[in-house]
This record gives sequence, structure tokens and C-alpha cells, in this order.
Amino acid sequence: MLEAHELAAHRGHSRLFEGLSFRLETGHALVVTGANGTGKTTLLRMLAGLSLPAAGEIRWNGDVVAPFDPLVRAAIAFAGHAPALKDELSAEENLVALVALAGESVPRESIRAALDDVALGPKRALPARVLSQGQRRRIGLARLSLLKRPLWILDEPVTALDAAGIAMLAGMVAKHVARGGTAVAATHVPLGLPDAHVRSMTLA
Amino acid sequence: MTLAQPAPVSAAAGAILPGVRWALVRDLRIALRSRAELGVQLLFYVIVVALFPLSTTPERTLLSTMGPGVLWVAALLASLLSLPRLFAGDYADGTLEQIALSPYPLGALVSGKILAHWLTTGLPVALLAPPLGIQYAMDAESLAILTAALLIGTPILSLLGAIGAALTLGLRSGGSLLALLILPLYVPVLIFGAGAVDAARSGLGAGANLSLLAAGLCIALVGAPFAAASAVRIALD
Repeated sequence: MLEAHELAAHRGHSRLFEGLSFRLETGHALVVTGANGTGKTTLLRMLAGLSLPAAGEIRWNGDVVAPFDPLVRAAIAFAGHAPALKDELSAEENLVALVALAGESVPRESIRAALDDVALGPKRALPARVLSQGQRRRIGLARLSLLKRPLWILDEPVTALDAAGIAMLAGMVAKHVARGGTAVAATHVPLGLPDAHVRSMTLA
Repeated sequence: MTLAQPAPVSAAAGAILPGVRWALVRDLRIALRSRAELGVQLLFYVIVVALFPLSTTPERTLLSTMGPGVLWVAALLASLLSLPRLFAGDYADGTLEQIALSPYPLGALVSGKILAHWLTTGLPVALLAPPLGIQYAMDAESLAILTAALLIGTPILSLLGAIGAALTLGLRSGGSLLALLILPLYVPVLIFGAGAVDAARSGLGAGANLSLLAAGLCIALVGAPFAAASAVRIALD
């Protein structure tokens, strides 16, 4: 369960948001919308523990968590604006490295199966340099599907994805939520989740 | 597995050696795939060292006096040239966020990156010193002491440099600021490193200089990875 209590964010001297509170039960997804510059990324980075809120606190399963809290680092799968891929490494090597960085050991067959699932199987040996933006995003999807993390924080996850890729992402989030996971996503594209499990929040 | 239960704290939490190994292996693999960049840095070092005898004097005693100092300054510049690469790439492509959010201790991951940086820049610089020192008419004993001093001193350059590289992440003129920030910290390493050969020649023995360098390395090993890790967290906020 993810809770935010009276969160505030400032950028320079201007306020992005103040007094933001919510409570997200397990098995629910929170979809954050709002115009550009309203603080969606800032909020997600706070929830991921990358930024310190100007005020307020964040609780994960009842514990107040500080930035870079080990409790959150063990629970989170964060997908930011940049897909965290190295141009010099192949798609498969990138995925292996990212999964290992999350402290999880996944057999090579599962890695390849995950790349097949996002239609990158034939391209797994190509360096990430030659992959398109959408294909790079799909490696991120494969990573999400491999990590056994209860909390997903997804910042604009549909950027550069085609219709099939967006459908894959929606399916993954739905499956994650159905298994009792929690997800927070900043996106304007409907993810097609059952309404009972989706909360929406618009930042202004 | 159901995800509804509170997540068990991952087995990776607090695992120092696997964290070091992850960063070391990944950075070395990336460095091997971009060998041209490493070659350019070493070539820069070789050229800087070669320019001094051409521009000053062919006189043997003078050359052998200034040789250790020139090689140390060139090693400093080569280290400085390669430092922005340490974190900037990971910062730009989002890897640094994933590194900071990894259950492995950030200090361990940063240590692995620093070790990879030293293996790809500092170590070749130290190993190239004997052939380059011949240009300066240095005798075998001086070359051995110079190489030993570089082997102990160049890891300090990578460790201190990592703090500067992390502090200047995301700044517009990061490269030049990094030089201003780090070069003063390099001065003690330069003094004791270049002084080792002089001390041996004057009959005092290089022991004291090398011991002081080794002590500096111990302090840097203990402190620098944590300082650099804190700077990385600040850069991400």
C-alpha cells in the first residue's frame, strides 16, 4: 500500500503542487494526468525515492520512507523518461544487466522468452544503438515483466510505443494489478484497466 | 507468487561484492566495445610526454631530472580527460537512476565503476611509463620507482576524480569546473609521486614517498566511494 500525505513540490520559487494526499491500496493502479509542467515527473520521482519532497511524507506498507530508502529500493520497478540502455551492449545484454542491477537472478531462457514476448527475439543480439525508440522502450517492458517487484512507477511509459506496444504495456499493468501489485503511471493514454482498480488524479 | 504481501527485503540489500562486480563487469565490457575512445586518451598521454623533450632540450641530465614530473603531469591530465565519462553517460541515458534505486549499496556500485575507470585509464598509464621514461634518459631504478609510484597514485586520481565527476553532473560547464575542482586535490599526489624518484636519487630512498602515497590511497579508498555516492544522489534529486 502506497500512501502520500500532504506532499508538496517546488521548482525554484514557484509551487508545482501542495497538500497532495492519496492512498493506493494493493491491487490498484494510479493514473496521473495533467498538463506539461504540472509536476507529474516530480511526483513520480518523489514516490520512487529519487527526490526529496518539499513537505509531506510517503508511506510504503505503513512505513515512512525517505529518498533512497532500502525498503523502497527492494520493492520498486522504476521506468523513467530515459530507458537506461547502453548503446554499446546488445538488447539481451542490456536486459541481463538491468535485471541483475535490480538484484534478481533470472535464467537466460526467461530473458530470451521476455524478449520474444515484446517481439524483439530476432533482434536480441543487435546493439541497442541500432534499435528504434519504440524498440528500446520494449526492452523496458521486458524488464518490467521479469522483475518481481510489487510497486511499479512508470513515467510516460507509452512514449514512442506503437499500438501493439501500448496494448502489451496495458496487458502487463493489468496482470500486475490483478496479482496484487501496485502501479503509478503518468500517462494520457487509457490503459484499459478494469475501472474498479484504477484511481485517477489530475495535477493542475 | 502473489505480490500483495510486503516485499521481503531483497537478498541483494547490503551485498557489497556482487554490487562491485556488477558495475566493474558492465563498465569494462562497455569500455572494450568503445576501445577507440580509450586509445585516444592513451595517445594523448603519449603525445604530451613526447612533446617536452622536443620543446626543451636534448640534454640528458636535465631530461632525466624533469622526466618524472612530466610523466606525472601527463598522467594527471589523462585522468582528467577521462573523468567526465565516468558518470555522464549513465546520467544522460537514465542508468544512473536505476543504479541509485538498485538494492545493492550505491557505494559498492560506485566503487566498481571507479575500479573499472582505473583499470582502463590509470593502469595503462602506469604500465606505459617505463617505455616513455626512456625518452628522458631515466635509469632502470628510477623507472621502477616511477612505475611503482604511478601504480599506487593513479587509483587515488580515479577515486578523488569520481567525487568531482559526480558533483559536476548535469552542470553546463561541468568539464572545466571539474578541472578546477579536482586539480588542487591532485597536488599532494603529484608532489609525493614525482618526488619519489628525486628522493631515491638524492639517497634518501623512495620509501617515505611511496608510503605516504599508499596511506593516501587507503584514505581515498575508504572515503571517496561514499562521497561520490552522496554526490550522485544529490545530482539525481
